[in-house]
Amino acid sequence: MAQYLVLIYENESGYDNPDPSVWQQAMEAHNRFAEQVVELGGQVLGGNALQPTATATSIRGDVVTDGPFAETKEALGGFYLIEAKDLDHALQISRLCPAPFGGVEVRPVMEFPEQG
Amino acid sequence: MAAQRELVREALAEAHRREWAHVLTATVRLTRDLDLAEECSQEAFLTAVEAWERDGVPRNPGAWLTTTAKRKALDALRRASTLRTKLPLLVEPEMTEDGPGERPDGGDIADDRLRLVFTCCHPALAREAQVALTLRLVCGLTTPEIAHAFLVSEPTMAARVTRAKKKITAARIPYRVPETHELPERLDAVLTVVHLVFTTGHTAPSGDTLVRPDLVARALDLARVLLELMPDEREVRGLLALLLLNDARRATRVDDSGELLLLEDQDRSRWDREQVADGRVLVMDALRGGRPGRFALQAAIAAVHAEAPSWGETDWRQVVGLYDLLLQAWPSPVVALNRAAAVAMRDGPDAGLAALDALDAGALAGYRYLPAARADLLRRLGHAGEAATAYRQALDLTDNAAERAFLQRRLAEVGG
Repeated sequence: MAQYLVLIYENESGYDNPDPSVWQQAMEAHNRFAEQVVELGGQVLGGNALQPTATATSIRGDVVTDGPFAETKEALGGFYLIEAKDLDHALQISRLCPAPFGGVEVRPVMEFPEQG
Repeated sequence: MAAQRELVREALAEAHRREWAHVLTATVRLTRDLDLAEECSQEAFLTAVEAWERDGVPRNPGAWLTTTAKRKALDALRRASTLRTKLPLLVEPEMTEDGPGERPDGGDIADDRLRLVFTCCHPALAREAQVALTLRLVCGLTTPEIAHAFLVSEPTMAARVTRAKKKITAARIPYRVPETHELPERLDAVLTVVHLVFTTGHTAPSGDTLVRPDLVARALDLARVLLELMPDEREVRGLLALLLLNDARRATRVDDSGELLLLEDQDRSRWDREQVADGRVLVMDALRGGRPGRFALQAAIAAVHAEAPSWGETDWRQVVGLYDLLLQAWPSPVVALNRAAAVAMRDGPDAGLAALDALDAGALAGYRYLPAARADLLRRLGHAGEAATAYRQALDLTDNAAERAFLQRRLAEVGG
């Protein structure tokens, strides 16, 4: 099994609406996703939602600036760390990851050779 | 001695064409490392030159090459003292298939090639990387050869291939044939890549000759292998039909001085009748049973042309009808452009111009066949000045010598 980070990029304004039903739907979808990953033979190793990009601080060298590192229309809003057999399996899982206002990016986690 | 050398050379060329992908995949299964497997496969072919000249061509060249490549891989792994860590992999079930009785003409091999093709054309890779990898890993073309065919520098192509291989390894793109429900999406990439290899060979984007026969041969070869491996896929059938029907006209596409001849001016008696006949059989099958796909429909259009005794007697009504179906299956601006040209033949140049004006010019910006088509219709309507402007636009967009010569001649005809 290999590890992949599923990065959830969405248009943040989708969640600006204080309507609680949007949040509730999102929460339900994510709960369902966690169950589906197991059904597909994968595993969720971790993950979380992030505060909006307005709360981000970037550090480049010695310079600390406000805002996210990269200005993108669709911002990183959360992530999952999953375990899957291969990329096809990871994509099969990630397709089910809720991201109604954007999409997800799947990145393999770097494996370092064992020492000794 | 010279005869023996010639025999070995031919046997090797044949083995390279037929067995390269198998030798490579068999070695990859051992090494789990594309680069190492490629290196060892190349070395096996090099070793074969000397060994076969000395001992004669083995009864089963594919098995000889595979065994040699694998042995080299094992040596390399041992040298790198990684054998210890790789050893558990060697006893995986996949390896046990490789018993001593294995022959490189069994079904397992067919699967190997197919697996490799689908890996190279995985949707997680960029289209240009898919093409480069397919030519390199499935067909065994060298990076300079691929760079030359696609008009990029060697370092650019090498970087492209390296990036794609790295992604296969790092992201663990699996060596597997997709399951039935994944096929429509995956197979389309494979067919597009094979078609792209063919079109690049059929009309080389630049250079002094119109056709690159080596690429055409590779594409036909790939399409035949795919059909052999997936005999029930109608679009595979459609693709092979399309390639055969288009390639059947090869001898007549330029005149004696190498200048481009349009379909209209080609000597139909010199079309390859055998290829046309094969293509027709395939296209009939590809059209049967449900909505035909885009390759089957393109092949059907090519078949209508191949069957017409002359340009004037072409069944334009049927051609336009097929283009209408094709536009539904594949709403591409290039298809719309070709449909407009067929409308011009069915209903006259005025109707053709109207159809051209209705196209999305933005999507076709930089596409040389749009101004060329407009120029032709304007010329036929006797609007010499406007036709000349359009011919000049088309000339600005093409680098192929044969096409340039043709456009220049037409430009001179309309007094430009």
